[in-house]
Amino acid sequence: MIDSSDINQTRRDLLIGGALSATAAALPPMASAQGTDTGQAPATATPAPVTAKVALRVNGQRYELDLDTRTTLLDMLREHLRLTGTKKGCDQGQCGACTVIVDGRRINSCLSLAVMHEGAEVTTIEGLGTPEKLHPLQAAFVKHDGYQCGYCTPGQICSAVAALDEIGRGIPSHVTADLTAKPLLSAAELRERMSGNICRCGAYSNIIDAITDFAGRPA
Amino acid sequence: MKAFTYQRARTPAEAAAAAAQHPGARFIAGGTNLLDLMKLEIETPPHLVDVNGLGLDKIEPTQDGGLRVGALVRNTDLAADARVRRDYAVLSRALLAGASAQLRNKATTAGNLLQRTRCPYFYDTNLACNKRKPGSGCAAIGGFTRQLAIVGHSEACIATHPSDMAVAMQLLDVGVETVRPDGSARTIPIADFYRLPGGTPHIENTLAPGELITAVTLPKPLGGKHYYHKVRDRSSYAFALVSVAAVVQPDGSGRVALGGVAHRPWRVPAAESAMPRGAQAVTDQLLAGVRVTNDNAFKVPLVQRTLASVLADARKA
Repeated sequence: MIDSSDINQTRRDLLIGGALSATAAALPPMASAQGTDTGQAPATATPAPVTAKVALRVNGQRYELDLDTRTTLLDMLREHLRLTGTKKGCDQGQCGACTVIVDGRRINSCLSLAVMHEGAEVTTIEGLGTPEKLHPLQAAFVKHDGYQCGYCTPGQICSAVAALDEIGRGIPSHVTADLTAKPLLSAAELRERMSGNICRCGAYSNIIDAITDFAGRPA
Repeated sequence: MKAFTYQRARTPAEAAAAAAQHPGARFIAGGTNLLDLMKLEIETPPHLVDVNGLGLDKIEPTQDGGLRVGALVRNTDLAADARVRRDYAVLSRALLAGASAQLRNKATTAGNLLQRTRCPYFYDTNLACNKRKPGSGCAAIGGFTRQLAIVGHSEACIATHPSDMAVAMQLLDVGVETVRPDGSARTIPIADFYRLPGGTPHIENTLAPGELITAVTLPKPLGGKHYYHKVRDRSSYAFALVSVAAVVQPDGSGRVALGGVAHRPWRVPAAESAMPRGAQAVTDQLLAGVRVTNDNAFKVPLVQRTLASVLADARKA
């Protein structure tokens, strides 16, 4: 997803982009079904904003909302429910700051539409712990200094809680040596499984220490 | 993101018909690729048909000893299925080598097959791209091409297909089951599913407008040893520079497919008959007609060496 070549070519893109932008703006948008454009006419006028209803539960509380169809699950949480613990980092599925748990699975809330989650059960960082009663993994992050600026931390913690559940359910990873055996709770496994959560402060080794400490504690 | 109307489809035939009724409509399942492209206004569908409620989320045995994988089976669940891990390890390995756990939890089998290229020139709406705007030209040719194709490309496009899963699917000779807007069903062999760019790189596969993928069928297991070796700039969560999927039998025969080198997962039957003669012989056949740039010439020896590593592993007890 993140590729050093994107950085390497920035200056060239800017130069070419400046020369071509007028041409690009004059062309109609292309749209077609399932990536199979077969020469059909381009979509006509863009429709005006459209709203749709969605009912779902967030941290145990039921909500019924009427949202612009474009609203991502992330923006629904932050802008409509004012649950700002979930962070917007890259907004394109690369950084993991927006990770929440939906129906027991961690996902990037920035790459999902709110209206696609009718009937879902969403858990955010606010649903895992509170300032008065930290989730044990939050306490482990404090103990092991698993952050500096803290911006990625809610996503790291939601992601780690779900990652440990995935290990418990026997879901293999890229570094699992034997696909048919139960995956290990090793640092190598945790690093691979947490690779969708970027920490630009570089607290990775302390994050792994915190997760390992939490995972190894008595139930 | 452009505004769009939205509907939840209840049956595959209803979904296909709805897509056909709305020119430019898209199906949405996981959405992990489509929504990213919609935010950048590379994709601007006026209507979305949500197919998540179609119930196509099961993995079932087929009569000929294979598996039918529903279009909506999430990448995590396909990789973790006990039968897939045991009998189609190359597919599990390919899936687990792709994206992040969060994305694999959402991404679907059909959506993964239909991923758009990650060519940076496709992603930059200020630049010419025949795939994004047919006829506008290709800014990638003559540009920075380190990630881009070395075989099967054209004067119109040198993009690569980004999927790891699809490379394993190509190796396994899967069938792509679909339903069309008139309700009729068909199965497209994966060998006939993806297109080379030619002069029309915006046409990436052989699906008709509104045609919906409902399942992928895996033929009966091949046996042998399964490998998916992916070479990338980071050890996790990055697209392939080169990947090698292989199934190697005890007598040294087998199958091989490549990712990261072409507009589609790359498989050449003549190369597979060369497998007992070693990696160089296979690479010569796989990459016959290779055309490289200064930026991506490294991919040729990288294919040979990655394949040599796979074949060396296969020879071990």
